[in-house]
Amino acid sequence: MDPVIVKDVQEALDQFVGREVYIHLETTNGAYASHHNDQFFSAGAYIRNAKVTYERAKITGPGPFRTGLKISFGWIYAEGITHYEIDDKGRLLLAGHDFSGKLAVALQISETPFE
Amino acid sequence: MEKEQQVLVVFPHPDDEAFGVSGTIASHVNMGTPVTYACLTLGEMGRNMGNPPFANRETLRSIRRYELKEAARVLGISDLRMLGYRDKTVEFEDPDKLTAEISDMINELNPSLIITFYPGYSVHPDHEATGEAVIRAVGQLPAEKRPKLHCVAFSKNCVEELGEADIVHDISAVADQKLDAIRAHRSQTELMLADMADGLKKKDPATMAWLNFERFWTYKF
Repeated sequence: MDPVIVKDVQEALDQFVGREVYIHLETTNGAYASHHNDQFFSAGAYIRNAKVTYERAKITGPGPFRTGLKISFGWIYAEGITHYEIDDKGRLLLAGHDFSGKLAVALQISETPFE
Repeated sequence: MEKEQQVLVVFPHPDDEAFGVSGTIASHVNMGTPVTYACLTLGEMGRNMGNPPFANRETLRSIRRYELKEAARVLGISDLRMLGYRDKTVEFEDPDKLTAEISDMINELNPSLIITFYPGYSVHPDHEATGEAVIRAVGQLPAEKRPKLHCVAFSKNCVEELGEADIVHDISAVADQKLDAIRAHRSQTELMLADMADGLKKKDPATMAWLNFERFWTYKF
């Protein structure tokens, strides 16, 4: 993955507008966060292969970046995005890595289900 | 270490076998005991991607599958089984299905020793769910037919509640093999090994104790 280039990510986001796509969205602080620090409140969420069609999408912020997708009856968003990749299957992979390089958030868009 | 007839190791993530168990595995293999390692997931939800990242959420799966095979090769595990569950979802699966899958393996392999996580004392929800499934499967056998069950525990309260581990293996004779197994899981261990390099080089007592001694609690029904 490479550090986000806003223009490239925005172009990739726009390519999926109006198409049926599969979404992977996750936030995680790791399963050991509370083990290493009992003052830490562990929380996260994960959805894989939610099928949606979005009408607009935007990546914004000074970096780390925020990305929002407007869907028919609501929204999908992720914050803390630092890296992106358009992989060999044409999928847009966005991820946020923390200061030690560990994944903290991911938002991925694909025209075929993630396996 | 007692010579076993067949060892079955059941953990949910590639690298679970590396840290606290790989010296024990290598020792059994070196004694000529066949070892089967059933790994429930491919650790697809791992957070270490390298810094700068060399993996992403979608490639991590194949990277960790490769790393798992490499670790198994280093340790001489002849029978590696990837059970196809998804990382961080094991606790949400049908418990009867998990139990049945473990029971089938026990019936097929007739292990004299099973190694898994100690339910309630193994921190990660996948560890707990895996250990619980193994305990249920073994518990269904008549008491006299049950294999030995050595469990890994590392929660903060494990010694307080379970007492000290009753099985402690000095694996220093195969420490190099163990380090190679840990290294095989490069995506997950590279940073940790970099932090430990100094301790290993200077033979720091705490680091050497961490490396050379593997602890297990015999499960009591």
